Amino acid sequence: MTLSVSFKHKFADFSLDVSFDAPAGLTVLFGRSGSGKTSVINAVSGLLKPEFGRILLGDQVMLDTKNGVSLKPHQRRLGYVFQEGRLFPHLTIRGNLAYGRWFVKKNAPLESMDKVVEMLGIGHLLDRRPGMLSGGEKQRVAIGRALLANPSVILADEPLAALDEARKAEILPYFERLRDEISVPILYVSHSAVEVARLATTVVVLQDGSVAQQGSAADILGDPTLLPTGVRGAGALLSAKIVKHHKDGLTELSAGNESLFLPRVAKPLGHVVRVRIAAHDVLLSRRRPEGLSALNILRGRIIAIRPGEGPGTIVSLETSAGKVLARVTQRSATALELTEGVECYAIVKTVAIAPEDIGGFR
Amino acid sequence: MDWLGPEEWKAVALSLRVSFWATLIALPIGIFVAYALARWNFFGKQLLNGLVHMPLILPPVVTGYLLLVTFGTQGPIGGVLQDAGIVFAFRWTGAALAAGVMAFPLMVRAIRLSIEAVDPKLEQAAATLGASRIWVFVTITLPLILPGIIAGAILAFAKAMGEFGATITFVSNIPGQTQTLPSAVYAFLQVPGGENSAMKLVMVSVAVAMLALLLSEYVSRRIARRIAGT
Repeated sequence: MTLSVSFKHKFADFSLDVSFDAPAGLTVLFGRSGSGKTSVINAVSGLLKPEFGRILLGDQVMLDTKNGVSLKPHQRRLGYVFQEGRLFPHLTIRGNLAYGRWFVKKNAPLESMDKVVEMLGIGHLLDRRPGMLSGGEKQRVAIGRALLANPSVILADEPLAALDEARKAEILPYFERLRDEISVPILYVSHSAVEVARLATTVVVLQDGSVAQQGSAADILGDPTLLPTGVRGAGALLSAKIVKHHKDGLTELSAGNESLFLPRVAKPLGHVVRVRIAAHDVLLSRRRPEGLSALNILRGRIIAIRPGEGPGTIVSLETSAGKVLARVTQRSATALELTEGVECYAIVKTVAIAPEDIGGFR
Repeated sequence: MDWLGPEEWKAVALSLRVSFWATLIALPIGIFVAYALARWNFFGKQLLNGLVHMPLILPPVVTGYLLLVTFGTQGPIGGVLQDAGIVFAFRWTGAALAAGVMAFPLMVRAIRLSIEAVDPKLEQAAATLGASRIWVFVTITLPLILPGIIAGAILAFAKAMGEFGATITFVSNIPGQTQTLPSAVYAFLQVPGGENSAMKLVMVSVAVAMLALLLSEYVSRRIARRIAGT
């Protein structure tokens, strides 16, 4: 099922004009704060009523201003995970989880409560009240509550933004499982490069109230002219298959004709993972380097160069493993005579790739 | 309760009955008005707000007189109601009406404050989970404002127990009919040798007020703890 969104709305000091499709899988609405992300998700939820537009989920019309159709939030069959959890303080965790089911049609197929509770690991919390839970626990319950409302679309508005780094790492895998296990589209608002790299199957980049770019996560993140995450956050996505766990703690993966060595990836052989390679962790060399400690050397051809405003420049290489971005100084780029079409080697230190850069793949 | 004479006992029982019904009937109206004042924007909102608070500011005798003019058998509303078989003037029901009107602003204030303390984001969350407006109110708003409702109800009950000026103006001071506890205290103090009876009623009055306060305190705290989510 695809969620298609197209609407215009004027605020006092800001106007929105967006149009995009969110297919099954997880679509990240990406943009700086103030770019209109939350307003877009609220328009989908019905909490904001746009002046003009159409919002469709499959063939169900949620909003059609031309024909005067605008479903109320409670008629839209949503599962909305808010930034601050918004658990109901007067209900137990069990009551919170079951809340949406009170309003589900009698004979609708229901997600099993036990299954969701087990997947989120919240069985021991069921009889407690929200006030006693940690931030991470609250967010897991909020995910469960949204899932159990029998939604036809899941909305998440920066669900990790209020958590510290450790809690973020705890919650991310649940969204990966959600993306890979449920069939309804997920619309996920974020401004974090890590979340895009780990979760997105589709990326919609918002800028000043309109869609600047949309496409698959690998295409958007690997394009040096877009850099939605900014020059400092730039990094391309590769998908790679686990071929061997070595005794020295490294995992060998294959991507295209290349082999990658990463710190141990706790996934079985044959599993495909997505790896984010930050542009500032990549070195470039015109010749295949020898006598170097770095284990990952990818051969490629330069397809684009984008000079930055400072001394740096972003170079994009097409390798057999996929697109790789490298951030080098303009001085090096000149010295190495890096231009489009030139063949060169991208070098990535194994230990530069952090565990949060490696995620499951759909 | 031997130490209370039959006349005194009647006054206490009547006051309890009047206050009970005044509070019970004012409560749903009070919740509705408090919700409207807290959450809705409508034409005449300030007028409604002023009207609700009027009895708090007007001299009670004026409120009583206005009630007599409108709800008396000759009054515009009282006349219509009389045809329907409902009479307020010089009946205990009139005492309940007067007590209810006088207690209403206190009740609405307490409930309105508690509604304003409810985070609308929780109500939005409930709506996204499939709850219509009325269900949001029943399952989220109402449980969260319960301490305010209880506080408002007890305050109103205590006010109704002590209401004197409007009551005596509207329904007079007929023993066994409209002679509430404060009216009886007043009546006893007007006759020689009545101080003893008056003193007993004063003690009952103090005891009831004290009990009501303690009870509301206890219940509110228990519910507040539950709502705090711990």
